[in-house]
Amino acid sequence: MLRDITLGQYYQADSIIHRLDPRVKLGSTIIFIISLFLFNGAAGYLVAAVFLALVIKLSRVPFRFMIKGMKAILFLLMITVVFNLFLTPGEPLIRVWTLTITKEGVRLAILLAMRLSFLIIGSSVMTLTTTPNQLTDGMEKMLGPLKKIKVPVHEIAMMMSIALRFIPILMEETDKIMKAQLARGADFESGNLIKKAKSLVPLLVPLFISAFRRANDLAMAMEARCYRGGEYRTKMKPLHYGRKDWIAYIMVGSYLIIGILASKFLPIVAGEIIARFWS
Amino acid sequence: MSIIIDKVSHVYGEHTAMAVKALNEISLVIPDGQFIGLIGHTGSGKSTLVQHLNGLMKATSGAIYFNGEDIDADGFNRKLLRSKVGLVFQYPEHQLFEVDVFTDVCFGPKNLGLSKKEVELRAYEALKLVGLDDDYFYQSPFDLSGGQKRRVAIAGVLAMKPEVLILDEPTAGLDPKGRDEILDQIFRLKNEMGITVILVSHSMEDVAKYVDRIIVMNKGSILYDDEPREVFRHYEALEEVGLAAPQVTYIMKELRDHGYEVSDEVTTIDEAKEEIIRYFKNSVRK
Repeated sequence: MLRDITLGQYYQADSIIHRLDPRVKLGSTIIFIISLFLFNGAAGYLVAAVFLALVIKLSRVPFRFMIKGMKAILFLLMITVVFNLFLTPGEPLIRVWTLTITKEGVRLAILLAMRLSFLIIGSSVMTLTTTPNQLTDGMEKMLGPLKKIKVPVHEIAMMMSIALRFIPILMEETDKIMKAQLARGADFESGNLIKKAKSLVPLLVPLFISAFRRANDLAMAMEARCYRGGEYRTKMKPLHYGRKDWIAYIMVGSYLIIGILASKFLPIVAGEIIARFWS
Repeated sequence: MSIIIDKVSHVYGEHTAMAVKALNEISLVIPDGQFIGLIGHTGSGKSTLVQHLNGLMKATSGAIYFNGEDIDADGFNRKLLRSKVGLVFQYPEHQLFEVDVFTDVCFGPKNLGLSKKEVELRAYEALKLVGLDDDYFYQSPFDLSGGQKRRVAIAGVLAMKPEVLILDEPTAGLDPKGRDEILDQIFRLKNEMGITVILVSHSMEDVAKYVDRIIVMNKGSILYDDEPREVFRHYEALEEVGLAAPQVTYIMKELRDHGYEVSDEVTTIDEAKEEIIRYFKNSVRK
């Protein structure tokens, strides 16, 4: 029932993107997202699309997994498009009843739709090619310098990886308890809101109890292994940058530069060509 | 009154790369009043199969008939089905949630829309059936021991007065004493109430003593479906699928191999005792 929801949506494959250091992927994703906000025209987005397509191709993850994440924001995307389409002031194109579609509105709607979908697909590439544990490892290392100002980076990373680890377990548990209560004639669907909320009690109480039991067991097990937090702790698989990681950084950097240059000069160049063509 | 399973298959994660066929065209008839042991290695599909019987899972293909009605048909009362086919899950104590034992057992019959009096009567009866003392009735279920919790959970299903009772590994994680108590009680229940019982387990020892019929599952298919002694005859094949015949069966086999003319169709310790005594009496007479 609940098994369809995947949060850690890692897709197992052997590709250069999968093998990259998680820090590279995290950093690149952030740069990619920033670049989407820097680019303001068709030219920049063309570069972004080419770059994204290239990365997807390299990652060997089927494209349909990439757009899976889009389903979740489809509603948001539609609202954004509709609002921008109708509420942007400017040169009117079509008039429907009291609503006007303007030229600027169309431009903005397309731009925002692309920005949002690229954003989701871009971060999907990261989550599909990096296991949640690698991600938290990368984050811990990247935030390392914050330790100097007494930010408990290791503890935060530990909490995150534990939380991530427990999501599928609790999901399974919910499924089990739900079925057990259904077998006792429980009804989770019918009735008004209050009745529905009440019907969740037989589900939530056992779920919380089991969550606490598991947390307790885990704490015990960690203590039995003398776990004592971040200080002086070494890693079994420490993160090291390799040659491919530096190459990846260089490629992302050049993407950013090409994108900025393209969105600055391509319209001018294109304008020149069109102008020459016309004259 | 019976359950007919007609070529039921179930595929987990259909249409994905990770599709797993958990059940493969299972056909079974479960008549009234039988005590059935459903045996299989972990992942053989036995838990999946029993969840189909009360409509918690839907077959990918095939049909299940309860008393002649297709349980997947539109308008079939699935809630009623779930009260008729009681399913006790693995570690059922994890589903307890009420403030006291008695209220928790009332949950099932209350969902059936019975009167308060009837609900309480059924809860009382069910708790007595599983052999829980009155002293525990108003304690929090979370303060009980593991074995007691499990009994409360079983009572929670019994209070719905099912015609078919399915227990998914009811003895998992219990000590030998707790295990024997629970199994003895289930056996008594079956005889007193005349209900059908399906006992899911991976331990032959558990079921050999009680059941009339053993269904052995392997990789989503039925390997054997017969009386216990007939099934245990295939002990070598059972070992290949990660199961085993009860230990006494092996002892009797060894005895035979060493030239003692005892029957090897023995499945319980009591039977073995009788058989060995019989053999020695005979040989002394000679």
